[in-house]
Formats: sequence, C-alpha cells, structure tokens
Amino acid sequence: MSGIWTAAQPDQNLGQKAYINVRLLDPATELDVVCEAKGGILTDGESIVEFGAGIFKDGVPESAEIIDCGGHCLSPGLVDIRVQVREPGYEHKGTIESAGRSATAGGVTTMVCLPNTNPIIADMSQVEFVARRARKIGLAKIYPYAALTEDLAGEKLTEIGILAEAGAVAFTDGDKAIANAQVLRRALSYARTFDLLIVQHPEEPSLVSPGGMNSGETATRLGLPGIPREAEIIMVERDLRLVEMTGGKLHFGHISTGEAVNVISQAKARGLNITCDTAPPYFALNDQSVGDYRTFAKLSPPLRSEDDRLAIIEGLKDGTIDAIASDHAPQDADSKRLPFTQAESGGVGLETLLAVSLDLYHNKEMSLLEVLAKITYAPADLMKLPAGKIAKGSAADLMLFDPERGWQVKDTDLASKAKNTPFDLRPVQGVVLRTVIDGRTVYRLEED
Amino acid sequence: MATSPKKSPYSHRHLLGIEGLSVQEISYLLEKSDEYVGQNRRADKKNDTLHGRTIINLFFEDSTRTRTSFELAGKRLSADVINMSVGSSSVNKGETLIDTASTLNAMHPDVLVVRAGLSGAVQLLAEKVNCAVINAGDGSHEHPTQALLDALTIQRRRGKLQGLKIAICGDILHSRVARSNIYLLVTMGAQVRLVAPMTLLPSGAENWGVEVFHDMKAGLKNCDIVMMLRLQNERMQGNYFPSIREYFHFFGLDYEKLSVAKPDALIMHPGPANRGVEIDSEVADDYSRSVIREQVEMGVAVRMACLDILSHNLQREMQEAAK
Repeated sequence: MSGIWTAAQPDQNLGQKAYINVRLLDPATELDVVCEAKGGILTDGESIVEFGAGIFKDGVPESAEIIDCGGHCLSPGLVDIRVQVREPGYEHKGTIESAGRSATAGGVTTMVCLPNTNPIIADMSQVEFVARRARKIGLAKIYPYAALTEDLAGEKLTEIGILAEAGAVAFTDGDKAIANAQVLRRALSYARTFDLLIVQHPEEPSLVSPGGMNSGETATRLGLPGIPREAEIIMVERDLRLVEMTGGKLHFGHISTGEAVNVISQAKARGLNITCDTAPPYFALNDQSVGDYRTFAKLSPPLRSEDDRLAIIEGLKDGTIDAIASDHAPQDADSKRLPFTQAESGGVGLETLLAVSLDLYHNKEMSLLEVLAKITYAPADLMKLPAGKIAKGSAADLMLFDPERGWQVKDTDLASKAKNTPFDLRPVQGVVLRTVIDGRTVYRLEED
Repeated sequence: MATSPKKSPYSHRHLLGIEGLSVQEISYLLEKSDEYVGQNRRADKKNDTLHGRTIINLFFEDSTRTRTSFELAGKRLSADVINMSVGSSSVNKGETLIDTASTLNAMHPDVLVVRAGLSGAVQLLAEKVNCAVINAGDGSHEHPTQALLDALTIQRRRGKLQGLKIAICGDILHSRVARSNIYLLVTMGAQVRLVAPMTLLPSGAENWGVEVFHDMKAGLKNCDIVMMLRLQNERMQGNYFPSIREYFHFFGLDYEKLSVAKPDALIMHPGPANRGVEIDSEVADDYSRSVIREQVEMGVAVRMACLDILSHNLQREMQEAAK
C-alpha cells in the first residue's frame, strides 16, 4: 500500500464539502448509521456543519464539493496520547514530519508527544516549538506533554503552572518513572493546585535489569535478564497511595500486566482520580514474540505473558483501561541491529494502531464503536483535547476506513522514517482510506 | 495604666498561643494594646508600670524586628530588659533548652520572651520556669503577638473584625503567623480565606473554619484585607513549588490580582517581605493600601500590653500564694 500526502495550506479556500455514501460512526454518541447519497457529513472550511442520515435529503448544497466515500466507515480521526516524535535532537530516528506522515497514514489526526527530546520539553519555548513545527508541516495536530522534573531526573519540579499556560497538556518524565515517592507526592499535590494531570511510566527502576525482557520461561531459555511484572505492579500500588494522600490526578501509561489492571480497577472503585492506557502490543502480543532475540519485540514495558495479554483485553472490555495509545517509539536501524541486551527498546505504532486495535473487534471481544472509543474521544477527554468526536461546530478531523480489508504489516512499507514495528509480517484487517484534518484531506490511500 | 492586681479578664500566666483563647480574652488584650498606641506617639513614651521588673528576651532564632519590638516595649514600661541570643545549633537538644530555662529561672526574671526554631519548644520551657513566658514565635506553631498586632491594625482601620473577609495568602504550611492569625480571626468572627498552592497548605486546613482557595483571584475576590505571608525558604527542602518565577506568577501579590479585592482593601505583611516573590514592590510600598509600617507600630503597643498584663498576673499569683 502507498499513500498520497498533501500538507495543509492554511490560506487555501476550503469551501463546503459533502461526504456522502458513508457508514457514519461516532463512538462518543454511539452513533452508527449508514448514510447513502442523502446523508453523511457536511463541512464548511475547517469545521463540521451538519451530519446524519438525512441531511442531504433535499440534495447536497450546490456550492459543496461531493466526496463519495464508497460506503466505507467515516469516524472521528484517531487520537493518540503517547507518541515520541524524536524531534528535536534525534532526527535520525524520527521527525515531526515523519511522525505526521505516519500518523495520517494511520488515521491519527491528533497526537500528544512525550517530552524526552533533546532539548527536553521543559520550558515555554520548547512547548511553542512543537506546536509551531506541527502547524508548519500541516499534517497531524501535535500537542506536547512537558517534563515533570528538570532533565527528567526525577528530582526537581519543572514550572508546570507556567508550562500549562503555554500549552502543555499534561506532565510526565516520558519513559522514565518518577521513582522518588516524595517527589511524586509533591508533584501530585502541586499539580492539583492547577488541576493538572501527571502521566507516570509505572516501573520501579530498581527492579529493572538493564536490557532485559519479561521475567519468565522465554527469558530463562534465552538467558536474558528479566524484568518482573512486579516492577509495574509495585509502582502502580505505591502511586495509588500517593494519589489517595494528595487528591491529585494521575494517569498510568502503557499498562502491561493483569495485576496492575486489578489494582487500578479496585482503586477506581474507591473513587481515586486515576486513569490508564495500554498499547496494542500488550493486548496483541506476548513475550514469545521475542522468539530468537527479535529486537523489534523489545519494548518498554516488556511484552508480558499470555495471561497478562488476556487480562489487558479484559481491562479494556470492562473499562478499567480507559484508552489505547500507539506508544510510537521510532528507533534507527542501528539501535535495533544489536545484541538484544544492548538494543534500544520501543516500536513504531502509529500506522498499526487502528488495524491491531480492530483485532479486538474482529475477535468479537468488543464492538466496533467500543474499539473506536478507546482511540478517539476517550483519550481526547483524558487530556481535555478538543478532538475525537463528530459534533456540529467541531473541527473536521475525520478518518475514512474499511474495517474489513486485510493487509500484512511490512516494515519496509511503513511511511514512518523508522521501521521498527513489533508487528512485522502480521496479517491484520482495517485500512485507512483517507484522513481529513481541519476539513483538508491530508492523506489518501493510493489504490493500485 | 497599671492593671489592677485584683482580677484581669486575661488570667493566664503565659501567652503561648492564640489557640483556645476566648473572645473576651482576645478583646481585652486588644483593648489594652490600643491604650498604649497613644503613649508611643507622645514625645515622652515612657511610664513606670514595670519599674523594677526584669524581662529577658531569649531568642534561639535570628530576629531583628520582633526582638527590637519587645525590647522597646519593655523599656517604655521601665522594665530592665536583657537580650539573650542563643546559637541555633544548641536548640536542637531538648536538654539544652531546659538547662537554659532553669539557669535563667534562677535569676528571677518576671517575663521570659522566647523565640524558638522548633514547634513546642516555648511551651516546654514554660513548664520549667516560675515566671511568665511570652511565645515570640515557635517553629511553625504560633506567634501570638503577631496575630494580636495584625488584629489591632485591622480593628483600628476598620473598626471591627467580625464579618470582615480576610485572605491569608502564601506559605501557610510553614507559617506560625498564619496559624495564630487563623485562630484569632476565626474566633473573632472574621471570614477567613486561605490562598496557597496545595503543597503549601497543611493537611486538614479546611477544618480550621476557613475557606481554602488555590487561585489568588478567586480567593481575593471582595476581600477587605489581604494578608501576605513570607515564603519561609529556610524551612523548605525542595519541590513545594518549582521556581520563584512561577510562585510570583501565580501567588505573588500585584495590582492585577489585587484588583478583584475591595477597592479599599488593606494589604498586610508580617515582614520581612521577599519583594518580587510573594509581593510586588509597588504594592508593598503603596501607602494608600499597604499598612505594613502600621503593623510594626502596633507591634510595640501589643507587646507593652502583654508584658503589662502578664507581669501583673504574675504579681497577683505570687501575692495569692503568699497569703
């Protein structure tokens, strides 16, 4: 598959567009309606004007350009709250443009990027840099997280109040945990002053053997150092106490173990202000994917056991896990072409977010709307982003897709600059046909 | 001026804190203090109320204004005043404190004015001596004469305390001034609001009978009095807030934030102010609004009243014991 990208030109005159002949899906309102020629979505400029089955029953407005969607599914564009763009500082792994191409090819219209760039996103100018670059490139919308602590060292708080005013959506040390309990306590408490969210990478660092994989049979067989499930569980349990103590708001990124799901579920039942997400590898793969030292399957947190994988699916189904994020972590070939222990962790995920998530639908674990909810309005609401919904007056950020059509993930076919996908060679279903951002088609699948 | 040794509405031997004092007791202390304001404005500021009495200012923590204020108060009442500064290194040992107390006690002072870096240290000392003890500030616990002088300042300006909306802003967690003021103002029927980042509020602050805010403009809205606290940097170890810049941006008092308070709202600060940290210089120096200098003046009057009352209470106690 290959696509055509057209970067947005902000001054172009968009006019009205009528998307007809669609199956209209809006998970936030549980709308699932087939619209033939008499319905769909009407956009004007950058916004949605009207939508529904009968809006064109008196004909499409004359001035509107008609886009016949061929009966495919039209939903809000995807919202991905855990992306590493690698720019500035690591442009050999990825850039804002590369992430934008990859995102739009995957139907992602809005993403939130981690602050672990170089320089780190820890001051107003960095927050503004990301937003400005994303606007200039004109592909997906990017909102930045800012660092919670200076140099991501887990010691001294950054100016989170001022950073929030500059546009940082939440605060995190990226793929590093806030290990010091007193620091996280103060951070939660201080952030509560401004009702700000902290995002934790839940992994007790002292239990993590560098370069390892999930502790278990495969690690033992391969002779690799183990990262126990308890590293995640202990950190989650500790953090819940700190949330209870401070009344702060905490979000756990990429939950990978069943026991963490249990603990979070109980804490939610107690009324604690916590949320969490997971990433496709944790409900679609297990630690056997490491096979014979496949470094593309080296992730952080590591791929877990089959029991954990199944428990993550249950967590998604019962609502304990609020959202799915791609956990897009591009690595250059050289940092993966190393002995397993020395290779970098992480996998690209923007282009496989939809298709791998749709496994849950095709395997009859969840309905199509339930799956879409986890990758549209649910993550948007967590970060208070104006995205992920089809509503009158909201930005025309849309994804046209065919949930049934099959394809095979191939690293070399990815639009992303980096090719390190843990799903390489996996057959999947669900193809993005067109991605619309602010009323402009920025990506279209090129049909053979 | 001398208080009748018979009965006083304030009958305690010490003044260790405001917590637990009644409306009558506080009113009496303020009334007596008010009487001394006039004396301090005369050319001859001295009377012989405490002639022959000995007051020891025992300061375990550095202080300029409070110590000077007490010293002046004692001298204007003709008492003999001794200043003792004890190195803060020896404060940490409870034994040293008690040793010091019993040594001083042997010299028969009438009033010991004590400042200590550790909460509760003044009370401990008071239990070991026969004289009257005034708490001139202990750790993050209480600073009763500061609360009294603040109340006197407000009362003289506004004619009352009851019903006034008073915002206490800043580092509540480490502030003894805040605690004493909260006890006093709540007892006297003021509507007290606390404004601070979550990290600088002690847990359970809402149980003090106050309203808690984390946003200056919300907390200052329609206030009669804005009381700023000093950021107690010396008591802080990391991460209560990220930077001075951010603290001032959100919690520093400037005209912008002040604009939501009543147009004639008074600005108070116990001093010494960190300019550009909790208060903008312009605001601190605006003498149409800022009563910071008046607070200092009232301080001497309040301390004269306290020394007067406690000395006479002690005398009465001794007379009764002799009978």
